Amino acid sequence: MSASTSPAAEATATRSVAELKQIAAQVRRDIVRMVHAVNSGHPGGSLGCTDLLVALYFKVMKHQPEPFDMNGVGQDLFFLSNGHISPVFYSVLARSGYFPVSELSTFRKLNSRLQGHPATHEHLPGIRVASGSLGQGLSVAIGAAQAKKLNGDDRSVFVLMGDGELEEGQVWEAAMYAPHHKVDNLIAVVDRNGQQIDGPTDKIGGLGDLRAKFEAFNWEVLEANGNDLEQLLPALEDAQARLGKGRPVMILMDTQMGFGVDYMMGSHKWHGVAPNDEQLEKALQQLSVEKASDY
Amino acid sequence: MKDFPYTEKKDTRSGFGAGLHQLGQTNPNVVALCADLIGSLKMDAFVKDFPERFFQVGIAEANMMGLAAGLTIGGKIPFTGTFANFSTGRVYDQIRQSIAYSGKNVKICASHAGVTLGEDGATHQILEDIGLMKMLPHMCVINPCDYNQTKAATIAIADYEGPVYLRFGRPVVPVFTPADQKFEIGKAVMLNEGTDVSIFATGHLVWKAILAGKLLAEKGINAEIINIHTIKPLDVEAVLTSARKTRCVVTAEEHQMNGGLGDSIAQLLAREEPLPLEMVAVDDSFGESGTPDELMEKYGLNEQAIVAAVEKVMARRK
Repeated sequence: MSASTSPAAEATATRSVAELKQIAAQVRRDIVRMVHAVNSGHPGGSLGCTDLLVALYFKVMKHQPEPFDMNGVGQDLFFLSNGHISPVFYSVLARSGYFPVSELSTFRKLNSRLQGHPATHEHLPGIRVASGSLGQGLSVAIGAAQAKKLNGDDRSVFVLMGDGELEEGQVWEAAMYAPHHKVDNLIAVVDRNGQQIDGPTDKIGGLGDLRAKFEAFNWEVLEANGNDLEQLLPALEDAQARLGKGRPVMILMDTQMGFGVDYMMGSHKWHGVAPNDEQLEKALQQLSVEKASDY
Repeated sequence: MKDFPYTEKKDTRSGFGAGLHQLGQTNPNVVALCADLIGSLKMDAFVKDFPERFFQVGIAEANMMGLAAGLTIGGKIPFTGTFANFSTGRVYDQIRQSIAYSGKNVKICASHAGVTLGEDGATHQILEDIGLMKMLPHMCVINPCDYNQTKAATIAIADYEGPVYLRFGRPVVPVFTPADQKFEIGKAVMLNEGTDVSIFATGHLVWKAILAGKLLAEKGINAEIINIHTIKPLDVEAVLTSARKTRCVVTAEEHQMNGGLGDSIAQLLAREEPLPLEMVAVDDSFGESGTPDELMEKYGLNEQAIVAAVEKVMARRK
């Protein structure tokens, strides 16, 4: 079965924003339940980036969940550089058909393929590189994009990074390399939620004017609201339209950490803390879906 | 003691360059990356003939390791080239997460290893790289001894699926192994059969072990000399067979005692066959500026040091 004829690919093309919103709500339910079950994990960034991953895997990317092909020739590829938001990645992979949704219940448990941070050696379909130690994903994504060019493969590579992650020096090595080598089949996204473990990014890292910085590095830069699919989908289309013109594309995506759960929203305090029983119930009430299919 | 005639001296890094160029001709999936050291790594011929498969990364080794990991996704076989120091210590976490833990088919090719880098001094003379790399689960660690063996090893690792650390160096050393050798990863090479002591050497110390063997023969000592070009996976059978025969062991390498070949063999013997062992290696010290020969002498990495270690270990043998 080729990617172009798979049922998933056909459904992707016609999926409405309303349907995507339902999927996003279900993914958010998965996230809070996963981290609650093991009393660990990172709900804040996961909830903030849910809309992006749902948009990519259920609408934008051409990809083939089954059988999983590590090389992904002929497919769009996604890399998660900020691996701590693994709950959203696992939920989206499972719900788009890479592995059984029931396996989400093994998250962070002994002998699971769903490690705390994404890993490949357990052979979880959909994961192409380990991530967690920050700052490495952009380089890997650029390499994969260059492999696509060598292979004459016209599909694209997406990579998501956190904004705090931009404090890692390797990111800037990669940021300098990609435009210089005209890696124009790459869309990088920065989750600009303004938060990191010890507090707001502007107090800790001094990220400054990211648009000016990436433009100075010769990236094509656009900005998007990452928590409104009505705005995010056109932004992703815009980003794709800018590919193939000699420069990589950077989306500075504004999100709220913890989006969708009111008591988590906008605070770094929910970066790596799980909700208790009462908080879980409250979160699930806020994340209602028409037909919940909790694992 | 067998004779090991040679007609020329060459650097092992040139063996890498020649092997890489040959791979360019024979394996379309082989790609190469370099961090601003094309000449030092002898990658010029590959760059000239296969420019579309070469990536100049600049002085950005962390990015280079990530790029290499990414290039494997799509079926490429990336060979990274820079000095051993910048191939390991500088980029340890990138190798650990993006390459080793991720099981990526990257060949980390490292020149100017050890004190024989010479005058540039200790900032560039890494003596910890074997240890750093062998500690990573599933990382294969290879340290060939001369030009021909380095060329053969370079070609062989392209057919091996998984991450490899290939270590070589700058000085010219005798080319004494066959040009047409088949390089078998993980297979020790018997150079001289002997009965009195087992000398396990790697890299530049293999030739020093041969020189030591001649000096020992003059003293009536019949040394068994084995070239351990693959430190991980170690040829356990070859080591144990020889050690059980001679009942005493000397290891020799251009590396720290901690974490090197001697450390691997000491672990093996302690578990399987406790026997006296002496290590010819750098003893918990950084290097310094000097000529390669001066440094090898000062840091106890020459044939005289091996002879002394043999005499010491034979005296300890029960």
